[in-house]
Amino acid sequence: MATALETVKDYTGSEYKYGFTTPVEEERFPPGLDEDVVRRLSAIKREPAWLTEWRVAALRRWQTMTLPDWQKPTFPPIDFQAISYYAAPKQKERPKSLDEIDPEIRRTYDKLGIPIREQEILAGVAVDYVFDSVSVATTFKKKLEELGVVFCSISEAVQEHPELVRKYLGSVVPPGDNFFAALNSAVFSDGSFVYVPKGVRCPMELSTYFRINAAGTGQFERTLIIADEGSYVSYLEGCTAPMRDENQLHAAVVELVALDDAEIKYSTVQNWYPGDKDGKGGIYNFVTKRGACRGRRSKISWTQVETGSAITWKYPSCILQGDDSVGEFYSVAVTNNHQQADTGTKMIHIGKRTRSRIVSKGISAGRSDNTYRGLVRILKSAEGARNHTQCDSMLIGEHCGAHTVPYIEVHNRTARCEHEATTSKISEDQLFYCRQRGISEEDAVALIVNGFCREVMNELPMEFAVEARKLLGISLEGSVG
Amino acid sequence: MLTIENLEVSVEGKPILKGLSLTVEAGRVHAIMGPNGSGKSTLAHVLAGREGYEVTGGSVRFGEEDLLAMEPEERAQAGLFLAMQYPVEIPGVANMYFLRQAINAIRKARGQDEIPAAEFMRKVREQAKLLGIGEELLKRDLNAGFSGGEKKRNEILQMAMLEPRLCILDETDSGLDIDALRTVADGVNRLRSPERAFLVITHYQRLLDYIVPDVVHVMADGRIRRSGGPELARELEERGYEGLLGTRLAA
Repeated sequence: MATALETVKDYTGSEYKYGFTTPVEEERFPPGLDEDVVRRLSAIKREPAWLTEWRVAALRRWQTMTLPDWQKPTFPPIDFQAISYYAAPKQKERPKSLDEIDPEIRRTYDKLGIPIREQEILAGVAVDYVFDSVSVATTFKKKLEELGVVFCSISEAVQEHPELVRKYLGSVVPPGDNFFAALNSAVFSDGSFVYVPKGVRCPMELSTYFRINAAGTGQFERTLIIADEGSYVSYLEGCTAPMRDENQLHAAVVELVALDDAEIKYSTVQNWYPGDKDGKGGIYNFVTKRGACRGRRSKISWTQVETGSAITWKYPSCILQGDDSVGEFYSVAVTNNHQQADTGTKMIHIGKRTRSRIVSKGISAGRSDNTYRGLVRILKSAEGARNHTQCDSMLIGEHCGAHTVPYIEVHNRTARCEHEATTSKISEDQLFYCRQRGISEEDAVALIVNGFCREVMNELPMEFAVEARKLLGISLEGSVG
Repeated sequence: MLTIENLEVSVEGKPILKGLSLTVEAGRVHAIMGPNGSGKSTLAHVLAGREGYEVTGGSVRFGEEDLLAMEPEERAQAGLFLAMQYPVEIPGVANMYFLRQAINAIRKARGQDEIPAAEFMRKVREQAKLLGIGEELLKRDLNAGFSGGEKKRNEILQMAMLEPRLCILDETDSGLDIDALRTVADGVNRLRSPERAFLVITHYQRLLDYIVPDVVHVMADGRIRRSGGPELARELEERGYEGLLGTRLAA
């Protein structure tokens, strides 16, 4: 912890450290999207007929839909026919052991600081490595299997656990839910699958590392996590992409299901390429994330640290169906230069005595725009439901924007909702104070911002908290002075 | 150690310091007294490198270096410390964590390794105890919700931990009751040493009963008008600024 600031310094000089590309031979579809593309994709993945038809139905649905326009971020029209919907490193078969992985891909992950190894530094973490459209490796599978925990790519899950996939896929985010969810349902390529059986407390953090490498493609991953009765799992995703002048689309869907007394903790450290100083390039991160607390006393907790992407547009949500279930959303969204973020959550209270807590910290610098948008809906059935929302914004400089758009709908008189919001600026006084004590201006900004976000950072798994702190400092480099 | 020559400073075009000269030697405590608006706090801020002040003339040397050419953090790293009149709050940053970041930033700038955790803990506990700062205050967010006295004692704690060569105290006595004043003064006196100099800026003579200065300067209208020994402070207490300086002073 003491070295967090120290390490920020080591990063100075490289604006986006993960912006390299890997020279791998790939197999990819020509740009364009129609039913043929979807059927070919499904065939390559040797999917059962029900899934092929599910995809095709989603595509037809998508073709009737239009891009939403209620969001704050603005961007030029996206030509969906100009995107390639499948790109994968060429390999005859998925490597059977970690030793058979393409050395170039291995080097990529080494460079990213998460070597493909069942390593000691990350001994408490099992990792699924997703490279463009496919999962290339998963560590600690054996160890997890002994406990009955399934952790694999969703493509593997389709082959090996079709009954679970069929039962839960699309049960939280239906294919027609929204424009990007429909698109994802039609063309999703890979992602992670987790099943934790009854009564099992998953002994290690499960983590997926998403890497976009190929140009002119989109990444459409799909993640499905099911926590059976009385189980617990903590899952973390990380993401990076090369620096490119064009914008790349990342439209993921994440579905979580928690049954009676189960708990899922889902953490994200999102560091997609944000574009350059003038706003050129960067990832469009348009993601649908939703968890269903189906069981009584179940709990889903979202923690996100969003520092990357040209545009971040997502609302990790909880459907609090089971009585006494709990939903939490802890978010830090940092925007700098020309980045735009429109993020928040939805807490839908259905069950009795359901509780939700929202803590959102938005930091805007440069010419960026940062919006918190959140919905708390308490249905008639949600006797005694409670929500507490806290939304804090911090502005750095004179040219950025912060907006808070809370929607609160209460249909039950016994419910209690609280909303607190603040907006602050890093003051000259604070900066001067830190500098007078010998701390450089950039380290001072990182220190003050980390303090501002502490409540959220404390929610991150230990192994990743240090990394996330560093990231905050790096994202805001050059934001003052 | 510190040589100020004919320093002229303006704020938003208005001259505040009008040719101030002062030399502070290692091992000595200089007090600067003066009525409100005389430019005392401006002097402290300019020496520490705060933005918003325009130096229009003169020079300041700190040891061998041109102080005015240095960034605020470089001045701190070179051993200049300013105990502030209004220490700021930094929410979410624990007092002790901040202190350690500051120590390590300074050590790093000097090419030294980070302070070992055990050594840091031992030192901070020792110093905190001397200043009557409880463990709980060390863990709280920096200055957040601290009382006036707690803030000032915390400034002295930082000063003790950072071991500067030149300590500037900007109205450290303001808002302190007599017990807190004594604790703070004891803290300062413990730090007096042949290598270290102090510039104690105060409005009232009271602080100087506890921190006995070697030299007292009386400032008015942007200049030092009189200098003398500790007796000058007492004379000032009896006659007031106008009586002492023999002029009517603009408020």
